[in-house]
Amino acid sequence: MSPELAAPRRRRSLSVHIVGQNAGLLLVFAMLAAAVALYCLFYWMQQRSFPGNFELTSTVDNTMPLAMAAIGQTIVVLTRGLDLSVGGIIDLTNALAAVHMQDSLGSMLGWTVLVLLAGAALGFLNGLLVGVGRLQPIVVTLATLSIFQGLAIRVLPQPGGAIPPGYTALLVNMNQPWALLYLVLCAGLWLAFRRSAIGVAIIAVGNDEAAARANGINVVRSRVIAYTLSGVFAAAAGLFLAATATAGDATSGNGFTLSSIVAVVLGGVNLFGGRGSAIGAMAGGFVTTMIVNILFFSRIDPLYQSFYEGLFLIIAVVVGGGIGRMLRRRR
Amino acid sequence: MTESEPAAGGVLPPAVEATGLVKSFGGVRALAGADFAAAAGEVHALVGENGAGKSTLIKILGGRLRPDAGSVRFGGEAIELHGPDQAHLRGAWTVFQELTLLPWMTVAENLLLRHEPRGALGFIHRRRLSRDADAALERLGIRHIDPDALVEDIALAERQIVEIARVVIKNPDILLLDEPTSSLGEHEVAWLFDLIRGLRARGKCVVFTSHRWNEIASIADRITIFRNGADVGTYRGIEESEAVTLMTGQRLDTLFPPLPPLAAATPMLEARDLAGQGIDEVGFTLHRGEILGVGGLTGHGHRELFLTLFGAQRAGRGTIRAGGKALRLRGPRDAIRAGLGIALVPEDRKTEGLLLPMAVRDNLTLAILDRISRLGVVRAGREREMTRQIAQALQIKAPSLLHPAGGLSGGNQQKVLVGRWLLAESRILLLYDVTRGVDIATKHEIYQLMLRLVDEGRAILFYSSDAEELAHLCHRVLVMREGRIAASLARPALSAEAIVAAAVREPLVA
Repeated sequence: MSPELAAPRRRRSLSVHIVGQNAGLLLVFAMLAAAVALYCLFYWMQQRSFPGNFELTSTVDNTMPLAMAAIGQTIVVLTRGLDLSVGGIIDLTNALAAVHMQDSLGSMLGWTVLVLLAGAALGFLNGLLVGVGRLQPIVVTLATLSIFQGLAIRVLPQPGGAIPPGYTALLVNMNQPWALLYLVLCAGLWLAFRRSAIGVAIIAVGNDEAAARANGINVVRSRVIAYTLSGVFAAAAGLFLAATATAGDATSGNGFTLSSIVAVVLGGVNLFGGRGSAIGAMAGGFVTTMIVNILFFSRIDPLYQSFYEGLFLIIAVVVGGGIGRMLRRRR
Repeated sequence: MTESEPAAGGVLPPAVEATGLVKSFGGVRALAGADFAAAAGEVHALVGENGAGKSTLIKILGGRLRPDAGSVRFGGEAIELHGPDQAHLRGAWTVFQELTLLPWMTVAENLLLRHEPRGALGFIHRRRLSRDADAALERLGIRHIDPDALVEDIALAERQIVEIARVVIKNPDILLLDEPTSSLGEHEVAWLFDLIRGLRARGKCVVFTSHRWNEIASIADRITIFRNGADVGTYRGIEESEAVTLMTGQRLDTLFPPLPPLAAATPMLEARDLAGQGIDEVGFTLHRGEILGVGGLTGHGHRELFLTLFGAQRAGRGTIRAGGKALRLRGPRDAIRAGLGIALVPEDRKTEGLLLPMAVRDNLTLAILDRISRLGVVRAGREREMTRQIAQALQIKAPSLLHPAGGLSGGNQQKVLVGRWLLAESRILLLYDVTRGVDIATKHEIYQLMLRLVDEGRAILFYSSDAEELAHLCHRVLVMREGRIAASLARPALSAEAIVAAAVREPLVA
């Protein structure tokens, strides 16, 4: 129908493009590999042996809550938002599970569903305020963080309650790294999400809100769903946290607000929205755990742990960013 | 010239029709009772100055804006559009003026957004998406754009092509195009017009806006002229001068003011063997009182040259001298101190250098804050006085100087930038495509302003994508090709044809 516009260009294959466009993902896995290697080195220097099944299991179990929170945070960050209430939702859902869950299959399943729904409801509230109310995500979720923390203390004033051992076994088998299965499941869910209408809509909103709207994408709905999903994953984090601790603590989730953002950044998700993968964020969560592990075995004074964690984080971001820029320039 | 009723002769209702449209943004009335109708099988051009309401009309017809009053009909049926989807259902698709592509998604994902091929489980089939997009591009004769590349990695003209292709593959009955050619080269415009002719031959309705008269004349069956938010008439075969009179409400005898000859050749800015990213072996001398043009096809190093001269991009090699002194440019601060000022309109037209949400006044004084401050505090009275004078001298049209710069029309935003460097007492002005997308009357004002500036002893380096403009307004024109100066044209050899010829000659032998 039309004349040739310009000389045809040699096409690169889809696979080449996919690799090039996921450099951030490759980078975080390279970082994880480096961290694991460093950890093994320090471990060997201390113990004259290499870490085994026990270390793998405890690392995976300890990271599960962060990995879950990071998935939720990724989805919100993709819309060019931020969910600071993640910690509060973990507090509240953790407390709810510890207070109510009984040692019967019905109770365990029932409360799992109820707790996840509670997370969805809390996230939905954030979504309404940000999406429909057009309020700043940081302000909204800072406020709801405080509200959710307050509610959590009402539910469980002192650390306590109990998580049935069966539930712990179901989520985080303490002897085998079975929780890896949940990670694989989540990675699969993410890939499906990325190829679903709502996934594309959420990423489009983060790319350029006005352009997304011009393409007929429902921006408000996308935002509400993103925050709701973040609430669900934060609730899942609360459940994993309760399962590993075998009890509840209404303040144990507080640190996850910031550490989920750290995981997202390490995972190559762009804080300005539109780019990134939850798989990267999960890997980013593991990198932060490995940093703590490395510090433990490198005989650093525990009082300096926070100092070195921050230092490692800056180094990781600087090196990662530098390599990323180099890769881009080569293209 | 014949004022005519819709071509269908009243038997068929117009393909698209708007009556009595009113739309206000804040206190500004963009449309004040506008009527418009276009028939199936015609190409209908909308012309008017910036701010005349063309884009607002297109956005309303495309379902992106809702009118305050008035109605829209498709094929005679009155429809209240709540979003683009409803327009799409009626077969009306729009290529909006600002790009609506998603930068960090692939060309294929953008082309088929919300229409992606699905696999067995209902999820997007990545490989088929890529294949389908490739086939769709191929059908439109587009073979140079890789469907799997990210949009941010392809050139601006290619993005505009994708933007058009995305709409055309939806098989629109009514195609609305808002300034589709502003970032396209000649070749690409020809491609688009072939596409439009094909649609017309198949009985589709095409509505488009443009500032380039020769394009309008070459393809439009009818022309509707807008002024101040309302239509002033629909015409067939109207002359440009007549259209301009109707658009502006006044006669512009000569668009280009006469250029006084150069008196004495006093060098003000010299570049020798300048090389860096995108430029190589660039050398020239800009004299006092001179307007030195820079022309050529987009993407051949003009932008890089301007950024290098302003210190915003590192020069790899070569020297830059201003007023006889060699400059060491570590950043724009050094260039500003040496008396350079820049007005640079980036390719996507969101003006670089202006702080859009800030007041016009703050934008004007940005480069001289230290001069009008005492102990770090800006002296408000002095600031008020200086900005009032400059705004008056440049005829900056703003509701007030406290109005955000982003609320001004494109041409007035350029004037604010020029005003900033005049306040900074810049002697050398780098003007990069300042007239792009600017309406004719404002263009005329900018031309006159430029002449006044050089008459006062300044020198101007002026890049424009419009060869006609360069030929009329410049003492000399440097034509760039592949980052080098391919030709230097002076009168009497200087003409638009000569500029274009020098720009497209066979590639240089390496």
